[in-house]
Amino acid sequence: MINAHRLRLSTAIFKGAALPVTLGLAVIALWVFTMLTIPLWPLDAPLDMVGRRLQPPSAAHWFGTDALGRDVLSRTLHGAQFSIPIAIVVVFAAVIIGGALGAISGFFGGLIGAAIMRLVDVTLAFPPILLAMAVAASLGPGLENAAIAMVVVWWPLYARLVRAQVLEVREREHVEAAVAAGAGPMRVLCLHILPLCWTPVLVNATMDFGQVVLLAASLSFIGLGATPPTPEWGAMIADGAKHFYHWWIAFGPGMAIFAVVVGFNFVGDGLRDLLDPRTE
Amino acid sequence: MAQPALLEVRDLRVSFRTRSGEIEAVSGIDLDISDGEVLGIVGESGSGKSVALKAIMGLLPPQAQVTGSIRFRGRQLLGAPEHEMRALRGGKIAMIFQDPLTAFNPVMTIGDQIAEMLMLHDRSLSRARLRARTVELLELVSIPEAAARIDSYPYQFSGGMRQRVMIAMAVANNPDLLLADEPTTALDVTVQAQILDVLRALQQKLKISLALVTHDLGVVAGTADRVSVMYSGRIVEKAGVDDLFADPRHPYTRGLIASVPRLDTQSAQLTSIEGAPPPPSSRPPGCSFAPRCPLAAQLCRTERPALRGAAKSLAACHFAEDTPAQIEPVI
Amino acid sequence: MTHYLLRRLLAMPFLLLGVVTMAFLLGNFVKGDPLASLLTDRQMDNPMVVAAVKARWGLDKPIPQRYAIYIRNLAQGDLGVSFRTKRPVLRDLLDRLPATLELVLCAMTFGSLVGTALGVAAAHWRNRLADHGARLVALIGSSVPVFWSGLIALYVFSVQFSWLPGPGRLDPALRPPETVTGFYTIDALIAGDWVIFQNALAHLVLPSVMLGWAVLGIISRMVRATMLDVMQEDYIITAKAKGAGTLRVLLRHALRNAMVPALTIIGFSFAYLITGAILTETVFSWPGVGSYAVDAARSLDHPAIIGVTIVGALAFLLANLLTDIAYVFANPRIRLE
Repeated sequence: MINAHRLRLSTAIFKGAALPVTLGLAVIALWVFTMLTIPLWPLDAPLDMVGRRLQPPSAAHWFGTDALGRDVLSRTLHGAQFSIPIAIVVVFAAVIIGGALGAISGFFGGLIGAAIMRLVDVTLAFPPILLAMAVAASLGPGLENAAIAMVVVWWPLYARLVRAQVLEVREREHVEAAVAAGAGPMRVLCLHILPLCWTPVLVNATMDFGQVVLLAASLSFIGLGATPPTPEWGAMIADGAKHFYHWWIAFGPGMAIFAVVVGFNFVGDGLRDLLDPRTE
Repeated sequence: MAQPALLEVRDLRVSFRTRSGEIEAVSGIDLDISDGEVLGIVGESGSGKSVALKAIMGLLPPQAQVTGSIRFRGRQLLGAPEHEMRALRGGKIAMIFQDPLTAFNPVMTIGDQIAEMLMLHDRSLSRARLRARTVELLELVSIPEAAARIDSYPYQFSGGMRQRVMIAMAVANNPDLLLADEPTTALDVTVQAQILDVLRALQQKLKISLALVTHDLGVVAGTADRVSVMYSGRIVEKAGVDDLFADPRHPYTRGLIASVPRLDTQSAQLTSIEGAPPPPSSRPPGCSFAPRCPLAAQLCRTERPALRGAAKSLAACHFAEDTPAQIEPVI
Repeated sequence: MTHYLLRRLLAMPFLLLGVVTMAFLLGNFVKGDPLASLLTDRQMDNPMVVAAVKARWGLDKPIPQRYAIYIRNLAQGDLGVSFRTKRPVLRDLLDRLPATLELVLCAMTFGSLVGTALGVAAAHWRNRLADHGARLVALIGSSVPVFWSGLIALYVFSVQFSWLPGPGRLDPALRPPETVTGFYTIDALIAGDWVIFQNALAHLVLPSVMLGWAVLGIISRMVRATMLDVMQEDYIITAKAKGAGTLRVLLRHALRNAMVPALTIIGFSFAYLITGAILTETVFSWPGVGSYAVDAARSLDHPAIIGVTIVGALAFLLANLLTDIAYVFANPRIRLE
């Protein structure tokens, strides 16, 4: 089943039949490339004052300059070095922590399983941004603390997801067969159940990358994430809000966020269409 | 000639555009229905009978291509503008569907749905009048405590009652023609007879013509005046109901009749026609029934038989005119 | 009411308890010192204030007792005193609640109406221009950070073109109407003041649209999906066979059934709304709970942060419960059982 999906996915991508997925992947690939290679680019240093302050876009500075005379384009592009890795780290952590807890809850059940689910329920009772804000505020400013706050907010979703999957797959015959063959619980869980649970997790994770980027930017916008002078997109937009009439300061980072999130959304949407058995 | 026939269908073809190519569900059929008569259309699933019915009403999905001629009182329906068709639907031509549970909107009361039928064709009716007429209609089909049940939801009725309501709704605007698509198939055997009674009584009382589509010969035997037998998208036999049962001319019809278990004779086994109808995407040249027909000859595999025979009894078989005595019993 | 609803209701108190417990833990572990969540650095130098706070919140007692006192205080409505405003947090929140409610309700209305219409259009003209257009609008809504789109919208509509007013609930020159509900629009109508009503309404447009955009997106996708399912049902053909026109079939028959499962999305979109409200209020200088939360976060005003978080969770739980109830009532089958 896994192979069939992979095959469909790759043929679809190569055929260009899944246009959104291809487009999305292209956008993300571009950003990752940017993120990795940017030190080599002939750009003004993002933290240095390189021009007059608050200048509109011009030939010298395509996105203009901000309140401290820094090149907005350069800062925007450098921002990828913060937002994208954070998104990857947070989603991975949420998937692993949430997935593990969800698997334990679904497979072993009992008191621990129930306790985990109660914790999930309570965490999900909070509006995500408020909880993230509260945790980030408790921990103090800084991107690392913001990341921790986001993991706290995000893991319950994956716990629920994986638990539901485990509960369903647990009833399948090949699991019975493995148990009958004498496989221990860890083996059954890790080798026979979890490998079949990846589809919805993947779809959710790709969509979530985008949402994490948004949340990270939101936290920074509020002042709970990146600290100045870090060229993080949310923080840059906050700067832009302060200098409202100099619209270009917020424009670059905003477009960047949009591009990244759209890229991830396209991929997630496309993946869901491809992997969902009920295609239209 | 008197006023034109109620329904005259000529060379109706319906094909569907699908990913695997064009599939012809109906391959050139002719139908005639006169005022006050009941035409039974018999065939297995996949024979195209329901599609033909929907084609008459113009209810097929956009990927269906319909050609031929469908005349209702002389008026050509195929290609008629949509607003004219809408005026006809539920007005002069009404339809009853197979599954009365799914055919009703689950979140609207029965009363509202019947009232809608009335209101769509006469906007001048007042709320009170609509309600009164709805109760009348329910009483017409013997729904007990009609006035109270009017505000019930479809799931609160039993299958048989739902079908009655559907019939009541269909005759609400005194149609000339009623198209019934397998009206008894989804019902219990005991209820089937009741529904057919209701249908027949209404048909005679209100002088409605009825096109009754079914796969069940028994249904047709008691209710129809004339019968058309469909197989694989074509009509293979047309006859008056008595003639059909007394002297079926087409081997398929004979097979169908023979496969109905009878209470009045001793039979050791249930007989059936071997094989299955060809899928619409790959029909054999010549007669579609040839692969299963005990009479099949080389001619049958190459040349498609046209309907032939006496005026009232036609069969699409190269051996249609041969008397039964000359032919081995089918099964 | 069904078993499910009953179970949900019964679970509520426990969830609430869980929520406040979590808030308690968060508050107590601020920088490791529970005092830091109740007192500013300056106040901490004042031994009298410190002693008072320690007594009130039982900080010198062991944790279980501290927890009990915390719960007791909460039950009395004491959410602590804001560092910034020096007023009880609960008081602050209640004052600012109507502004947020007005905004959220407008956004929700906008999002639901336009979202539903888009969803129906997308389903009806599937895979054609309207469908792709709706998909695009939805995509933009969920990909664009609302604090950025709000800024851009403000700049374009208010500064560049002056079509719509600037930030805030009213023009600075105007005074708010007599408080009856706290909704400027309704209060203005009650007071008979047409000018203020118009002004308040005009100020609502931009933030509501920006806030409602994300919701619009998810609703339209959901409605599209449920409509596509429903349009395959038999009763749609029956309706057509009765001679019903396209609009009637779409709205009276298809949408009425499609809305039932789509209702669940409304509760879900509440999460988006709360998130969005916080950021939208900041951008539009809207004096509601959202901007209060942001101000609190920016100034590390811990009592306010925790207070808003608890109240936010409450609202969230309530919204989800209401959606479940609404769902039960919308489906006649479940309702009458």
